[in-house]
Amino acid sequence: MAGKGLGYEFKKGLWQELPPFRLVLGTCPALAVTNSVVNGIAMGLATLFVLLGANIMVSLLRRFVASQVRIASYIVIIALLVTVTDMFMAAFFPPISKALGPYLPLIIVNCMILGRAEAFAQKNPVLPSIADALGIGIGFLLSLAAMGLIREVLGFGTILHFRVLGDWFEPWIVMILPAGAFLVFGGLVALVNYISSRKAAKAAETARV
Amino acid sequence: MNTAIKMFLNLVVIGSFSGAVLAGVFSVADPMIRANKEKELKEAIFKVLPEAKNIKTVKKELGAGNPVVVYIGLDETQKPVGVAFKADGVGFQGNVGVMVGLNLDYLKLKGIEILDQTETPGLGDRIRESAFKDQFNGVEAQPMVEYIKYRKPEKPNQIQAITGATISSNAVVSNINKAVEKVLKAFPKAEDLSKAASEEQKQAPEVRHGR
Repeated sequence: MAGKGLGYEFKKGLWQELPPFRLVLGTCPALAVTNSVVNGIAMGLATLFVLLGANIMVSLLRRFVASQVRIASYIVIIALLVTVTDMFMAAFFPPISKALGPYLPLIIVNCMILGRAEAFAQKNPVLPSIADALGIGIGFLLSLAAMGLIREVLGFGTILHFRVLGDWFEPWIVMILPAGAFLVFGGLVALVNYISSRKAAKAAETARV
Repeated sequence: MNTAIKMFLNLVVIGSFSGAVLAGVFSVADPMIRANKEKELKEAIFKVLPEAKNIKTVKKELGAGNPVVVYIGLDETQKPVGVAFKADGVGFQGNVGVMVGLNLDYLKLKGIEILDQTETPGLGDRIRESAFKDQFNGVEAQPMVEYIKYRKPEKPNQIQAITGATISSNAVVSNINKAVEKVLKAFPKAEDLSKAASEEQKQAPEVRHGR
């Protein structure tokens, strides 16, 4: 892994390993809370913060953690970060805590964070781990916002609570319900796979010529 | 053997370190979280009883382990203007806690505020929006509040449920009905309230809340 550079570690999260569409991890929050743009962004930001903290701590501790108990150790670290964030927010920023409500505790079970600890941070120094967390975290944030955008426009006819479709539009209630999450998720996975397979085909063609 | 000791030490260190950090943060944050909750509760009471300048907490045991807590709103002249109480109950995913303001004649609601909820973001959590909450201002609480779907309310005891969030809307309505019934059982007449209020003078007001 070494030698690929911080820029590469950052950029791979934005397309090549874009969660949750390419790297199919963290699908639970992606399905659960993306029925509006605001919700998607809030979840994305909270996850980005925890992912960054978890990657830094796992990377710092990578020489001390016994490999047989690493998963248990990482889970404790992630749960610690989330709980401390939760209490901190509730104590000092009650309005934000109220708005985030059920999102924060959900992050503990986001396997994307455990996945990054396992696949990246435990094998790499701190700086690449930070780049990895930022790239994956921002990719996740953008994906959730995109899902929220599609579902909010079709389900409510609004973007960020502003009406964008006129009165003629009958909202598709299904889009804001769980079924809509699966429809949009499947559609976006298909779209992302289609684009990358076309890219790969083009690259193969130019290589042949 | 060596690995076993290493694993053991590893988990002990991480566990106790995390525990210590959590305990430290908790000891600082918990009093503040409690204070925030108390402040929120007070603000909600003043919102559902707009004329109130002062609050008096009254507690009454309705059978063993079934206390009824009400907050009586008093104006500048210490005259009761209404009664507020918390209505808890199960919603779509968890507890829905509503602060209810009731007229002293027990006939009409003065207003409601949502205190706790973990309903679906974007759907059920719209019970917090004023478009939904304000429907309860002046709605008739006797014999019970009802909700109807897709249409404007027709009777003075009806409100319109949120489309796509009937369960959450129903939770608010049924919590209110249950709580009103409980308060009526504990204090059948408004005079009972003011009597209880003057009796409790010596006792320190206690504000209870669940997390």
